[in-house]
Amino acid sequence: MNARPLAFALASVVMLAACGGKQEPELPAPEPAPAPVATAPTGPNADSAAAAERERLERERREREAALAGAVGTDLKSMIHFDYDMADVRADDAANLDRKAAILAANPGVRVRISGHADERGSDEYNLALGMRRATAAKRYLENKGVEGARIEVVSFGEERPLAAGADEAAFANNRRDEFDVTAGGTNLVAPQ
Amino acid sequence: MRLVLKYDPGARPSLVVTPGTGLDSARAILRRDLDFSDRFETVILPEASGTLSGKAGAFNYDLYRKLGAAYAVELADVGGRAQVRLHDLAAGKVAAQVETVFSPATDPGFRMQVHRISDEVVRWITGTPGIAATRFAFVAGGRVYVVDNDGVNLRALTPESATSLSPTWSPDGGRIAYTRLQDGRGPIMIQPIAGGAATPVPGTNAGLNITPAFSPDGNLLAYSSSTEQGTNIQVANVAQNCCVQRLTVGRFADNLSPTFAPDGGRLAFVSTRAGPAQVYTMGADGTDAELFVPFDFGVTGSTNAPEWSPEGTMVAFHREVSGSPQVFVMDVSGRRVRQLTSSGRNEDPTWAPDGRHVAFVSDRSGRRQLWVIDIDTGRTRQLVTPGAARLPAWSRRLK
Repeated sequence: MNARPLAFALASVVMLAACGGKQEPELPAPEPAPAPVATAPTGPNADSAAAAERERLERERREREAALAGAVGTDLKSMIHFDYDMADVRADDAANLDRKAAILAANPGVRVRISGHADERGSDEYNLALGMRRATAAKRYLENKGVEGARIEVVSFGEERPLAAGADEAAFANNRRDEFDVTAGGTNLVAPQ
Repeated sequence: MRLVLKYDPGARPSLVVTPGTGLDSARAILRRDLDFSDRFETVILPEASGTLSGKAGAFNYDLYRKLGAAYAVELADVGGRAQVRLHDLAAGKVAAQVETVFSPATDPGFRMQVHRISDEVVRWITGTPGIAATRFAFVAGGRVYVVDNDGVNLRALTPESATSLSPTWSPDGGRIAYTRLQDGRGPIMIQPIAGGAATPVPGTNAGLNITPAFSPDGNLLAYSSSTEQGTNIQVANVAQNCCVQRLTVGRFADNLSPTFAPDGGRLAFVSTRAGPAQVYTMGADGTDAELFVPFDFGVTGSTNAPEWSPEGTMVAFHREVSGSPQVFVMDVSGRRVRQLTSSGRNEDPTWAPDGRHVAFVSDRSGRRQLWVIDIDTGRTRQLVTPGAARLPAWSRRLK
């Protein structure tokens, strides 16, 4: 079990070595972060201003989802999965993340949020930390492929948001995952060359 | 009141709560509290045993001795006051007594008043107060609930809008700290039990902050801050709302679930520094870390959720055994580990203030519910909660 941190370190080295021969893609400056949403306006127009703001956010969310319904969006949002109690990116997910890295390179305004999830078996609280490690592992992988870290936010839900109900191996395997959400710049996605 | 009786902690003396007229609600609570203290063999009286009470003023020691009881607890209404008397049946005399005025049985404070009397009776006999005047906090459906030890006065403490996790009591029982998980991140909030606004703990406004634990004096809160730099334990001064100090630095390890020793000098915590999650200790300043709960590398399952016992002599935790978590205790001086459960999944133990009862979550009845075990006798009982319950925290005795 001591091999876990070591394996992670080795994987990072391998990834670095793998992309060492290639030219780092030029990344234009990312879009500024979206304005904070939760600032509560005050005064007589507060309610209507808040309603308008909610409407705008909802419209943007719908536009983003429509845009992400295409193949590029689907690839960007597709999940990766993990072995039990592990946070190493699996070999069979490398192509998935490579594709994401290419999409992110072709769409420099896009920002993503990676959320790490766990199955229900481990300790509830430990799983929150495990989910954070899983989200961070995917972020590190994408960074090693040249994606600027500031474009990627990581969060963890532990075992609090299972996708699959049930207490069998298939459900567990589905729930040990990273989800990818586009938080900005998701409209007019361009396919990578 | 001075302790007047000799109590052998290895034995369970038999005890009877005598019937009487009036104060029926209080007597029922007292009887249940003394039973659930697990300190006594409680004698169940036959139906229509009212005659046992004998004539007014004269306590019938002979009759109760014939039931095999060592002690009798008498609750009587004396001119509007509740008089509680402990009879030492062998000596044939009143060993201790107290008078009090109970609120009406419909009053919200009534049951807790009786629980305090029950705890006092346990103290008269054993030297250690009972655990009836306590509460549980737990998580159900993503909200923190608080309920009295006897399952009464259940109420939700946190809003529906967020997933609340890992409640923990302040030592005075007046506040609960918990993680408010929202969109995958979250602060630790402190919520007064009596109501009012929850306030965020310093250092927890960014990232995901989990597993809070108060220091024994209530001034500090230790917790884990989980970011892409790792999961590390910090401590904040919640009395002065300041002064966040980081205690662990683990680049590839998670460090979480801190729990203070009762003298405040050390913390136990979970770390993945050697691979699987295991329990370590460190000084309250983060120095001098060492392995705490022994394990066989590559054999022992991962170990989580430690909680130091109120007297500091034991630590409870859960550990994976053949794929299921089981509740264990370890005595701190000898580092000997004892498994308390084996049926189903049993996890997240929390100590009662008497240091011999442990509440935990078990799915042995089909879904996750709270159970209590007396670690001296092995006697176990279920606490009935609405829906699935998890992450329990047992309060100290409530004044």
